[in-house]
Amino acid sequence: MKAAAFAYARATSISNALELLAAHGDKAKVLSGGQSLMPAMNLRLISPEFIVDISGLDELRGIAVRANALTIGALTRHVDLLRSPEIAAHAPLLAEAVAHVAHPAIRNRGTLGGSLAQADPASELPACMLALDATIIIRGERAERRIAAAEFFKGIYETALSANELLVAVEVPIAISGSAHFFHEFARRHGDYAIAGLAALAIVEGGLFKDLRLAFFAVADRPVLVKAADWLINVDVTPALVSDALVALGEELSPHEDQQASSAMRRHLAKVLLSRCVSALLGRPEIKAVAS
Amino acid sequence: MSISLHVNGERVDAHVLPRLNLADFLREHLQLTGTHVGCEHGFCGACTVRVNGEIVRSCLMLAVQTHGASVQTIEGLSDTGEIADLQAAFRDRNALQCGYCTPGMLMAAQDLLKQEAAPDRERIREHLSGNYCRCTGYQAIVDAVETTAKARNGRSS
Amino acid sequence: MTEVRPNSEGLSVLDRPNSYIGKTVPRPNLDRLMQGRGLYVSDMELPRMAHVMFLRSPHAHAKIAGIDPSAARQMPGVVAVVTGHELAKVITPWVGVLSHLKGLKSAPQHAIAINRVCWQGEAVAAVVATSRALAEDAAEAVFVEYDALDAVTDMRTALDPQIPVIHPSLGDNLAFERILDAGKVDQALADSDEIVEAEFMFGRHTGVTLEPRAVVADWNAAEARLTIYQGTQAPHMVQNIAALHLGLAERQVRVVCKDVGGSFGIKVHIYADEMATYALSKLLRRPIKFVADRVESFNTDIHARDHRCKGRIGVKRDGTITAFEIDDLTGIGPYSMYPRTSAIEANQVVNLVGGPYVTRNYRARARVVFQNKNVMCQYRAVGHPIACSVTEGLVDLAAARIGMDPVEIRRRNLVPDDAYPCTSPSGLRFEQLSHHASLGKLLGMMDYEGLRAQQAALRKNGIHRGIGIASFIEVTNPSAAFYGVGGARISSQDGVALRLDAQGAVICHTSITEQGQGSESLTAQIVGSVLGISMERVRVILGDTDNTPYGGGTWASRGAGIGGEAALQATKILRKNILDVAAAILQSTAAELDIANNAVVNAGDGAPRIELEELARIVYFRPDTLPPGIQPELMATRHFVPREYPFAFTNGVQASWLEVDTETGFIKLLKHWVVEDCGTIINPQLVDEQIRGGVVQGLGAALFEKCVYDERGQLTNANMADYLVPMSGEMPDIDVGHVVSPTLESELGAKGAGEAGTAGAAAAVANALNDALAPFGTIVTEIPLTPRVILTALGRI
Repeated sequence: MKAAAFAYARATSISNALELLAAHGDKAKVLSGGQSLMPAMNLRLISPEFIVDISGLDELRGIAVRANALTIGALTRHVDLLRSPEIAAHAPLLAEAVAHVAHPAIRNRGTLGGSLAQADPASELPACMLALDATIIIRGERAERRIAAAEFFKGIYETALSANELLVAVEVPIAISGSAHFFHEFARRHGDYAIAGLAALAIVEGGLFKDLRLAFFAVADRPVLVKAADWLINVDVTPALVSDALVALGEELSPHEDQQASSAMRRHLAKVLLSRCVSALLGRPEIKAVAS
Repeated sequence: MSISLHVNGERVDAHVLPRLNLADFLREHLQLTGTHVGCEHGFCGACTVRVNGEIVRSCLMLAVQTHGASVQTIEGLSDTGEIADLQAAFRDRNALQCGYCTPGMLMAAQDLLKQEAAPDRERIREHLSGNYCRCTGYQAIVDAVETTAKARNGRSS
Repeated sequence: MTEVRPNSEGLSVLDRPNSYIGKTVPRPNLDRLMQGRGLYVSDMELPRMAHVMFLRSPHAHAKIAGIDPSAARQMPGVVAVVTGHELAKVITPWVGVLSHLKGLKSAPQHAIAINRVCWQGEAVAAVVATSRALAEDAAEAVFVEYDALDAVTDMRTALDPQIPVIHPSLGDNLAFERILDAGKVDQALADSDEIVEAEFMFGRHTGVTLEPRAVVADWNAAEARLTIYQGTQAPHMVQNIAALHLGLAERQVRVVCKDVGGSFGIKVHIYADEMATYALSKLLRRPIKFVADRVESFNTDIHARDHRCKGRIGVKRDGTITAFEIDDLTGIGPYSMYPRTSAIEANQVVNLVGGPYVTRNYRARARVVFQNKNVMCQYRAVGHPIACSVTEGLVDLAAARIGMDPVEIRRRNLVPDDAYPCTSPSGLRFEQLSHHASLGKLLGMMDYEGLRAQQAALRKNGIHRGIGIASFIEVTNPSAAFYGVGGARISSQDGVALRLDAQGAVICHTSITEQGQGSESLTAQIVGSVLGISMERVRVILGDTDNTPYGGGTWASRGAGIGGEAALQATKILRKNILDVAAAILQSTAAELDIANNAVVNAGDGAPRIELEELARIVYFRPDTLPPGIQPELMATRHFVPREYPFAFTNGVQASWLEVDTETGFIKLLKHWVVEDCGTIINPQLVDEQIRGGVVQGLGAALFEKCVYDERGQLTNANMADYLVPMSGEMPDIDVGHVVSPTLESELGAKGAGEAGTAGAAAAVANALNDALAPFGTIVTEIPLTPRVILTALGRI
């Protein structure tokens, strides 16, 4: 399988990249890490006529702490997230999640910006952005936009990014005290796309959830921050309450069916994830088996 | 497009079409056929090479992206002797049968050993979990990597 | 249980000093592969070589209304666009039947489809260009008009009257049926205390060799010779068939096998696109290269094991198994594969079910039906995984029904180790097997009682682990009974030709082939041992019909048993020839001399008398110094064919220890064990590694692998993201042990070992899963055992 022919340019600056995108419209694709784009092109699932390679744009790299936020450049590779002391200190959920992304050779090339722009519903990082209440920073020819992660992901491979825009960075609030995270996914083999997954961020104080953000992935056409979490905030969490939350979760989700799992199976696995998550975050093993 | 890069320490100047991927560039333009093609969609690991010191899937990189980069293939790693002990362990343990996955497997194994001094078997299996082997069933490969790690530790302690 | 057959000198050739036989030595020539300096067909480049890409049908069944290649022919780099009609002038069609499979019928198949395509992925045109990328560009410009036809995609209804018949001239979609009725099954079932029934379902698999199929065909018009570079397991078969269908004599065709990136039976068959490649080279008078890409591989490499098998077992309270009965249905493709046929797998299932057990009552029906899906044929362990999963699944079900331990029921029913020779109800002749010794060894290796105790303790904490056992028999070293008797020109004999070179090293040509299992090594080990020279001095040449004896190649686990014996016998002759010359040079007699450590020595005290290098120098350059009348012969050739037993059966037993998360349906394979009896072992490490590799293929079948077709006959998971192969992260360590029952058919006594791992692994895992789920009262008789299957069985979804 060889990719169809295309023209190629290395963007020299962000504005140059935007010019090129504007010139070619939807006949152009942005090349970041290439770990999603290249397979699709090799399989001739897509055949863009123009490739804008942004990998030379150093201004899109870097992880920095500013005010109460972590700013992560779009070209930050998965492996960079794994190795970064800032991520470990301020957004450890990301480091844990990214260890599940594919395999080492893929993580050495794949980028955060690429992963978010690709918006594969089964991928880890979009859900993390939801859990972390991140802000996606987008540059257009005329202006910069800031979009909450909750509004960024619109559907399968669909985001708020338009053809003439570039995702340049994300801003993640720094973890405050009492912050705890949970990440788990069910996948058939190491590195496979998840059948169902959960990225969660919580503030735990005195055995209670002061805040609980449960971002499920691979259970819908986009990552979902479930309202069922509300059942568990600022209340004494009992197994019975978790049961009720699971019912609410089951009603909230309408998972799709594919070769790996039926809708019912995804719903079931989501429930298992929720109960295991609550159990882990609160240190209460008796809650783990509620989904059985 | 013109590109200039280093491959196994040698300067290479070439003129390539943008759509040529790095695996095909190495195999067809430079006749470095030790890098193998198994799937062309990033899953099997047979095409694993090093770019600027880090392992990548060469089927998922364009040759034009390696302008100014340093690429190392299995031939290069073999000739410098960097993985001689790992290759000896593979030979003694018969950690290869048909040999098609072996270059990529050696690349991934060496990548692990450079990062971690004493990976346990589970860690070895995890790091190699993106390299498909149909012949060995993996155990001999894990044994060979484990043996090499222990020997290197023994040498450095 | 090791037996050694003595030769007339009192000492077996296997007991020679410094023998490599039975030794783990590293395979020679691995550096090449580890340095990336091997030569796989996909690496080859020849002058003026062009690349072919096949335009393939998107429909499972359709008439080809028209093909317009005119636009494509104008595109850059395009050498030719060739349709089925054009190619039919160069290469004739074939039919995949053999006369000994009574009633097997199939229709003629062309190298490129003519008038009609019968599966999604069948080639309808060949685009030849100066690069694969340019060929793919041009293929997009070939316009093909299809009239879609109804596709037959469900084996269960393929014989129903309202379902279209794929080949009207054949009358129906039944390719083959076999019926067997041995003993008195109805009486036995009536006498049983319990009868258990189950339907076993298997995923359609494919080999997923890491190097896809690749061919370079080079027709030299000036020489009128075709050289085929191909990773085939059977080069002489390819030579014969290419010559036959291209109108050439065999001596006009040379088949060369370089390094092969995995085969497992995938590359032992004749593929339409490869035949088309040979024909294109002849038509276009230049080398043509075809390398299947991964998607093509999924769509066109042979598939296997697509079976639905109903099974019944009768059992008495005391554990006596009274009868086995099966009704097996398999759905192949639209053509029986050539030349080995797509009926062999089902035939093997009928042959092998119940094989390890004493009961004489066995009834079987197997039906093979055509479908509009990819072709199916022999893949590693052919039919054995089905037979073993059904047999061992039924045995466990019977044990559970009467409340007996699964080991105990096997102890009471496996054929005793001293009952040989004997014949199975299906007519299989066993020379000597070791079911009980193997089982005993396995139980020790795995600490069966310890695991049962662990299982019980963990169950109390809601952790569910299971133990699964699977006994099996395995066909190896096939005689002509497999293919030759049916009219196939597939050789069941092999040969080795040796010569001592001018420096006292041995050049060895063998007709077996190498795909990584160690054919080169086993040959060098045998030659070195029997002759008395070090392995480094043995150069093995294989995989070249111009440069090796005529033979079958390596498949059906025959390389060591048949090719190894040929090597042994040829070396004995070379040894004798050398000693005859040495005797003349040294004025001694051959009986007083031997060869050891690369020199002729005294048989008595081992003192060196003359180096082989020196002897060779004299023979080749100074024969004037030899005594009068001597004509030294430093070459020897011997062939070997099994004559007494149609197959050398081996046996083994496997065990799986796993944990299943009953909340999620996910299985973790904790450990696996195999005890295998394959007769004389030439290189223990190589045999064990064959077993391990085979086991993991079986574990892939158990948990992951399945070709998923939709009702329109579209293969929906033709890529490595969706067809799941086993990777290192999910596989367990595998402990391997051996019992040794050599075959007396050969001096070497070696049987085959290459497929044993695959035969029993899935059966062991399925039994372990059901064992783990015993408290839930669920039985699963379907593989792959995906989380979805398990959660459904548990009633959780």
